[in-house]
Amino acid sequence: MNAALAPPPSAPTPSETPTHYLNASYGFRSWLLTLDHKRIALLYLASITLFFFIGGFYAVLVRLELVTPAGDLMSAENYNTAFTLHGVVMIFFFLIPSIPAVLGNFLIPIMIGARDLAFPKLNLLSWYIYMVGGMVAAYALFTGGVDTGWTLYAPYSSTYSNSNVTATAIAAFITGFSSILTGLNFVVTIHKMRAPGLTWFRLPLFVWAHYATSVIQVLGTPVLAITLVLLILERSFGFGFFDPARGGDPVLFQHLFWFYSHPAVYIMILPSMGVISELVTCFSRKKVFGYGFIAMSSVAIAVLGFLVWGHHMFVSGQSVYAGMVFSILSFMVGIPSAIKVFNWTATMYKGSISYSTPMIYAFGFIGLFTIGGLTGLFLANLGLDIHLHDTYFVVAHFHYIMVGGAVMGYLGGIHYWWPKMTGRLYPEGWARFSALVLFVGFNLTFFPQFLLGYMGMPRRYHAYPEEFQVLNVMSSAGASILGVGYLIPMIYLFWSMRYGRLAPENPWGAKGLEWTTPSPPTTFNFDETPVVTEEAYEYVKEEKH
Amino acid sequence: MASDAKTATSLWSGGGSPYAIGSKKFGMWLFIVSDMLTFTALLVAYTYLRMSTATWPTPFAFSPSIIFSTVMTLVLLSSSLTMVMAVHSMSHGDRGKTVKWILATMVFGSAFVILHMMEWMHLIRDEKVTPFSNPWGEPLFGATFFGITGLHMTHVTIGVIYLGIIAAGVGRGKFTYEDVEVSGLYWHFVDLVWMFVFPLIYLMSVKM
Ligand code: HEM
Ligand SMILES: [Cu+2]
Repeated sequence: MNAALAPPPSAPTPSETPTHYLNASYGFRSWLLTLDHKRIALLYLASITLFFFIGGFYAVLVRLELVTPAGDLMSAENYNTAFTLHGVVMIFFFLIPSIPAVLGNFLIPIMIGARDLAFPKLNLLSWYIYMVGGMVAAYALFTGGVDTGWTLYAPYSSTYSNSNVTATAIAAFITGFSSILTGLNFVVTIHKMRAPGLTWFRLPLFVWAHYATSVIQVLGTPVLAITLVLLILERSFGFGFFDPARGGDPVLFQHLFWFYSHPAVYIMILPSMGVISELVTCFSRKKVFGYGFIAMSSVAIAVLGFLVWGHHMFVSGQSVYAGMVFSILSFMVGIPSAIKVFNWTATMYKGSISYSTPMIYAFGFIGLFTIGGLTGLFLANLGLDIHLHDTYFVVAHFHYIMVGGAVMGYLGGIHYWWPKMTGRLYPEGWARFSALVLFVGFNLTFFPQFLLGYMGMPRRYHAYPEEFQVLNVMSSAGASILGVGYLIPMIYLFWSMRYGRLAPENPWGAKGLEWTTPSPPTTFNFDETPVVTEEAYEYVKEEKH
Repeated sequence: MASDAKTATSLWSGGGSPYAIGSKKFGMWLFIVSDMLTFTALLVAYTYLRMSTATWPTPFAFSPSIIFSTVMTLVLLSSSLTMVMAVHSMSHGDRGKTVKWILATMVFGSAFVILHMMEWMHLIRDEKVTPFSNPWGEPLFGATFFGITGLHMTHVTIGVIYLGIIAAGVGRGKFTYEDVEVSGLYWHFVDLVWMFVFPLIYLMSVKM
């Protein structure tokens, strides 16, 4: 990392290189002890990328096993471990921190005209906590892994599993605090540090989305933390909370787990929606349609998201009446999500759209998220879910949202703000190409899974009946294309840090305070506190001749 | 005052008001809300398990258990009072008095922990209650009892240490009024949690 950020020997040295946050100081200490939100964002970028590849490695194992109907590549136990580690690593160590910790950390202070977050030391501490959690996860991983599924359902996790459940639970518990502290930091920052003139309804929608996300992080994560503590107490010491033999109830575990983990899916998607709002307006050259609706739908999602956890438990034996309420509420969450999609579409309508890479990702997001969201409504159907629960249909549903939606948004955001973060432009041709590869690979991987699930293939088995093979092979083939789609950006983004063309202050002609700072910004972002005098996204529409 | 309000409004067009409280204080409030959810989840789990167990025991005799826990409650309440005094003294800039009041709070807090440990010891030794078993059947009675009171006691202990750091700093001229007030917020919160734990764990388990 460090070497790549040192001044490039081959780059033309202008008579005087301006100082910015990357060249303000050098050496390990200047990074590991930094309080600069931008450097901390890059620390996160490096660490979550590492975890992304670890999680990806396990996905490869899963897809390889499923090429043939027989469970021939690995034992059932090893397969269980592979998909569990894939889920645990991707969710807790990649997707939850991804956009907030990297882009949010980097951009929120700049977007609101501040020099840093409200608590810079706490911000660095969050990263260290995340790393300690990551280390414990790595320990769990290298000493046999864990095989319970990322959902850690009791009583399998608490009583029967012989794998490293405790270490995994401790790892998730620890990173949880990193998530809480990041959320807390963002809320205080957004309340307290806005530049003069930057009223709530002038905030970029990216900031609104992070505000809603942060609220979920602050309110939801402690519930996961205490649930994991109860699990550890039960497993290691024999407390009986989830053990029917001792008067406990495994369904209680599911309630507690999903009370966090359903909102957690919004921790993963909301920031991505924030990114998309920025991209769509910028590349349509139009003021966003229905600013207030988009902002408030983020808040509505955050609130409603806390009331629907029971839709994961329709077949758990919870009361049917509870199931009905959860079903209706789940349909209601669809509304604010749909509002966003409609508003983005309306923003593009009659805009002058340019097909730059970030916009291609935005298109990908909108399409794939729509499919993911609509299939969520299938699953929210009390009756239909009995057929679809724990089949590949569910797997396809959440991958459409989490990979097709959240990860696309993440990559779109990385591309959009890359010139700001590194001061370099990436090669546009390669970037568009890889965005298309990703889109094709993604659909080939996950669309067949809808069909498989609908036909009744259950998730989490290493073997399956012959008639499912064709679709599974398609899925595995898609996964290799998808893998290539992730590798290409890795390579050219890395390459561009050294050899990319120097980026101007505002390469996209975008609105927003971050584009008024130099690329890359100086350590304190602004020499003078900016004063905001206009609404968000005051794009002047270019007349078509 | 009126002019204060005016600047507050103009600030409001970017920053500050109407949440014109310091960042640290705001951060602590958020932490408290977050931690409140920890206890809420735990108490809801307890209620859930208790409601679904027809034979949940109610073993606490008025003497000694309820008398003892009432004394503990009074001790903790007093500690909140001394904490109020500490914050009050700090608002007058009287660091000496502030330190004394914080120390008093720490004494009450530690007394609470010690009394609680005695109560635990009594239950474990004399009544044979452990997290895994008890003479009255439902093992979850002990598991929830020790789980919930244990988590609360951990919070009190952390609070005592936190106050110790604040007191030491205030004595040496470090820390502002806000720092003391923020530590007070945490302390009152821990106190408030007990006001839920006490009735739910003790008063609702009185021997009839
Ligand atoms: C329109 C909003 C949504 C609705 C109505 C919805 C509905 C559902 C339902 C009913 C299930 C349970 C299916 C079953 O297990 O039988 C489910 C599973 C899931 N959903 Fe969604 N969902 C929505 C949005 C999202 C979003 C935004 C994400 C992620 C960013 C997401 C991620 C997941 C995951 C990870 C699971 C599976 C969890 C597991 O069992 O491993 N969903 N969804
Ligand atoms: Cu859900």
